[in-house]
Amino acid sequence: MSGIEIDKIGLKVGLEIHQQLATNKKLFCSCNPVESEDYPVKFFRRLRLAKSELGKYDPAAVFESSKSKLISYNANPQSSCLVEYDDEPPHNLDNDAKTTSLIIASALHSDIFSEIHVMRKIVIDGSNTSGFQRTMLVANGGYLEVEQKKIGVQSICLEEDAAKLLRDTENIREYSLDRLGTPLVEIALEPVEGTPSDIKKIALTLGRLLRVTRRVTRGIGSIRQDVNVSISGGGIVEVKGVQQLDQLEEVIMYEAKRQHGLQLIAEKLKKIQFDDLTKENIVDVTSFFASSKSKVIQKSLKDEAIIKALKIKNFAGIFGYEPYQGIRLGKELGQQVRFFGIGGIFHSDELPNYGIEKEEVEQLRKILKTEESDGFLIIAGSKDKIEFAIDAVINRIKEAKNGVPAETRAATPAGETVFLRPRPGASRMYPETDIPPIIISNNELEFAKINIPKPWDSAISDIQTKYSLNKQLSEQLFDSDYLDLFESICANKANNPNFVASILCSTITNLERRGLDATLLKPEHISRSFELLSISKITKESLEMIYESIMSGKIKSVEEFIENSSPMSEGELEHFLDDLIKNNLGIIKKQGNHSSSMLMGMAMKSLRGKVSGEKLSKLLEMKISKILEE
Amino acid sequence: MSDYRGYEGKSLEFLKQNKIKVGDTVKITTNSDNVATIMPRYEHSDDKHIVVKFKSGYNVGLEINNIKKIEYISSIDINQKKEQSPTKPKPQLPKILLLSTGGTIASKVDYRTGSVTPALSAHDLYAIVPELDNIANVDAEVLFSEYSENLTPEHWKKIAERLDSYSNSDYKGVIVAHGTDTMQYTAAFLSFALAGFPIPIVLVGSQRSSDRPSSDAASNLIAATKFIVESNTNGVFVSMHNSESDDDIACHFGTRVRKNHASKRNAFETVGGIPAFIIKQGEIIQNTKDQYFKQKQYTPKINVDTRVALVKYYPGYDPKLVYDLINHGYKAIIFEGTGLGHIGKDMYDVIKKAKETRIFLGMTSQCHDGRVNMAIYESGRDLLHLGITPLSDMISETALVKAMWALGNTKDGKVDDMMITNIASEYTE
Repeated sequence: MSGIEIDKIGLKVGLEIHQQLATNKKLFCSCNPVESEDYPVKFFRRLRLAKSELGKYDPAAVFESSKSKLISYNANPQSSCLVEYDDEPPHNLDNDAKTTSLIIASALHSDIFSEIHVMRKIVIDGSNTSGFQRTMLVANGGYLEVEQKKIGVQSICLEEDAAKLLRDTENIREYSLDRLGTPLVEIALEPVEGTPSDIKKIALTLGRLLRVTRRVTRGIGSIRQDVNVSISGGGIVEVKGVQQLDQLEEVIMYEAKRQHGLQLIAEKLKKIQFDDLTKENIVDVTSFFASSKSKVIQKSLKDEAIIKALKIKNFAGIFGYEPYQGIRLGKELGQQVRFFGIGGIFHSDELPNYGIEKEEVEQLRKILKTEESDGFLIIAGSKDKIEFAIDAVINRIKEAKNGVPAETRAATPAGETVFLRPRPGASRMYPETDIPPIIISNNELEFAKINIPKPWDSAISDIQTKYSLNKQLSEQLFDSDYLDLFESICANKANNPNFVASILCSTITNLERRGLDATLLKPEHISRSFELLSISKITKESLEMIYESIMSGKIKSVEEFIENSSPMSEGELEHFLDDLIKNNLGIIKKQGNHSSSMLMGMAMKSLRGKVSGEKLSKLLEMKISKILEE
Repeated sequence: MSDYRGYEGKSLEFLKQNKIKVGDTVKITTNSDNVATIMPRYEHSDDKHIVVKFKSGYNVGLEINNIKKIEYISSIDINQKKEQSPTKPKPQLPKILLLSTGGTIASKVDYRTGSVTPALSAHDLYAIVPELDNIANVDAEVLFSEYSENLTPEHWKKIAERLDSYSNSDYKGVIVAHGTDTMQYTAAFLSFALAGFPIPIVLVGSQRSSDRPSSDAASNLIAATKFIVESNTNGVFVSMHNSESDDDIACHFGTRVRKNHASKRNAFETVGGIPAFIIKQGEIIQNTKDQYFKQKQYTPKINVDTRVALVKYYPGYDPKLVYDLINHGYKAIIFEGTGLGHIGKDMYDVIKKAKETRIFLGMTSQCHDGRVNMAIYESGRDLLHLGITPLSDMISETALVKAMWALGNTKDGKVDDMMITNIASEYTE
């Protein structure tokens, strides 16, 4: 990180955690949220918003509704019904989900409301078939204790998870309904000052508190962190979709750098005079570029795009000014237009480039009547989109004077963030009239209090004792996605808990670190493999190979592995070992019994998974001793 | 809107004592201090809570016993009206009329209170469905604003009279916005009362209210408008979703349609056939060559006599109930018989009695589809002999409405003739 002084910029971070609840039901119907392989039901919808109800400050919604993408929904009757199709009113609130939310609220010392109102939060990107997410505020206030410090809780909500995006093309957006309506608890913590690693510790502690309840889902995608990041003097930036804790730290660092960078850009802007930006400074340059050799431009023209150029006085060098590596105003503007489905922009600081030649730039400068010190932008887009994009760019440039605009951004897998949409207002929320208010009785409050789970450390020592594991492995296991799976595998005592834990915590993690896809390895695969191991159908050594094959997409089941690698018959094994010994007689004679480990290594190369290591080693030693005796 | 909408008992008293009204922003102290706005109370709730909206947009109910202090800060006018800018007509586009009777079809939500209100100025309508602007010039008129379960035959008459007044207008057609629950009854009445009406009448409703972004109101309205402008036909139709998908709208014959699902978008089905027209991705597909009205001339007959009963026969049905109908002066009974059109022997005496009293007795089937045929089994032949008129494949609800209309528009006992004459495709030939 190039020289940012993180403790001097007034960094404040508020965590917002979304945790799926393990109720095996949806929040407003009894469908089981399981992932489907195929989708026999398919239908198309369009979402819309009455424009008159919108304030002018919600361009995201206006645009989303105006571009009216066709939305395609894919459903499987095992995981969704008419409620998810938005073709039947919601059923009653699921009692288990309510109970869990009350237990979590009690564990966080939060004030539970005695009458809860289900709200509709308008979301018109299609991720909810109804066009809104059902959400309810369960409790306010309270705290989370992190290393003797109390971190304030703002609010605890119970809500529906969104549909999963399958594909997003220019005109159609496709979702699957498996996940839609799964209960989520959303916990928003007070923004705190601290380093990214402090924040990570808070997230870890909160995650552990949730998992101790044993009522929340584990596994990839079952917990999502949003972070609200701000620095002094800047707007609050909400970053969505941080999947893992390691990414959280990176995202906060990136935002700190980006936000401080934007303030440095703002300082620079305050020193220069750029005329009031209006649409009058825009020139249509579509015909000018007709003969351009730039492939990007030619492709736009082929798609019947309009190309417009915007001159900005005294802006030379501003777009490309990079206070921190990768932080430029040009990049911010590019993200703004991409939101409107436009590929991006070209700015004067990066031209000539992208096939736009020097002469073209000079001619363009003449058309725009720019001087050396002026800057310009080129935007290409379809007729219906370009006006939105230009408005957005002009507004963003104006906002740049003020530093950090409040907005919603998305975390990227690389730990950066990209512009997602402007921050929605409170007017996006109105009552769900299909569900009467929900009364929380004193009995329910009592029940929640009694069921507040033990603290995390005593949960760890319970695991330690029950399965005779060491502390470190118990902790690893607890923080992993596999605790429930571990317990179910160890329930029949057929497998050694220590072995199971180390396979779950290290073998699989190692494979993941090698870049293999852990989402392909389902709990069923793992349970099945241990089942087969316990009846000696497979060997200990083959577990890693099975997981590797599954995680790399080569096979889809444990059985497939067994079919492909039929275990060796006794005769074949004898034959193989005799050959091995014959070819290495010299070494055996020379090294004596010590040669066994080398030969073992050679044998394992070919026999891994087909013969248990134990058996192989015994046989080999026997054969070597026999040779030596001769 | 009342200053205390939904509040009663203790919570109402609490608000009045503190001089706080719905819409006021207040500082409320419970275990913590909060700034919130007082919201209307959900009907039939208890009187122990007040509903507040926090800045985050969330509503919750606060127990008045837990409120330590409440202080007035400011108020918003929850009844405020937005100014309306008139929409400019486009002279090249045809004119259509949107006559609203209520239902959720063309209503909008107040985002602050969550209540659904009718939105039927042309301006509001274009705001909800801006696409209409490119298809037609739509005039909007509110006739009444009722959920369709509250509509009575008197309302049918009013709708018919209003439509009759436009029979010579320059409108290309009329859309009747209507609640879906009883839409098929109104459609049937208009079909008989306005037989031969020169321009298409299309009833449109929505299964998902227009306060949600996923409402089917807009796509149904757009399809109905397109149908009126492009189809060059007349008749009474019901235009609703044909499938789960928004780009697939059916236009059913008004006498052949029934609401067959409580909540689905595609709840309406043409009984015994496919919809007369389908509007799929903007294309109009015509599935029938039949003219809707069996007469060319427009002959309005807009009276109604409600002394008609629809009797669903079931095992154990008590014949005394029919005696009661006779004693109450009913003039016609439409039976929904079992199977091909049967009712049990226990009923024969009361049937005879009804016949003596010159009551019209019609037979339809309670099966969801198919045709009455009373010649097949002995009991059917008995009933024919007793004077029950088989009504072939006329839908029972349509038969009920038709009998009310026939009774209302004849004096000389020609009800039987009118009932068996095919007027508006109520019989499939």
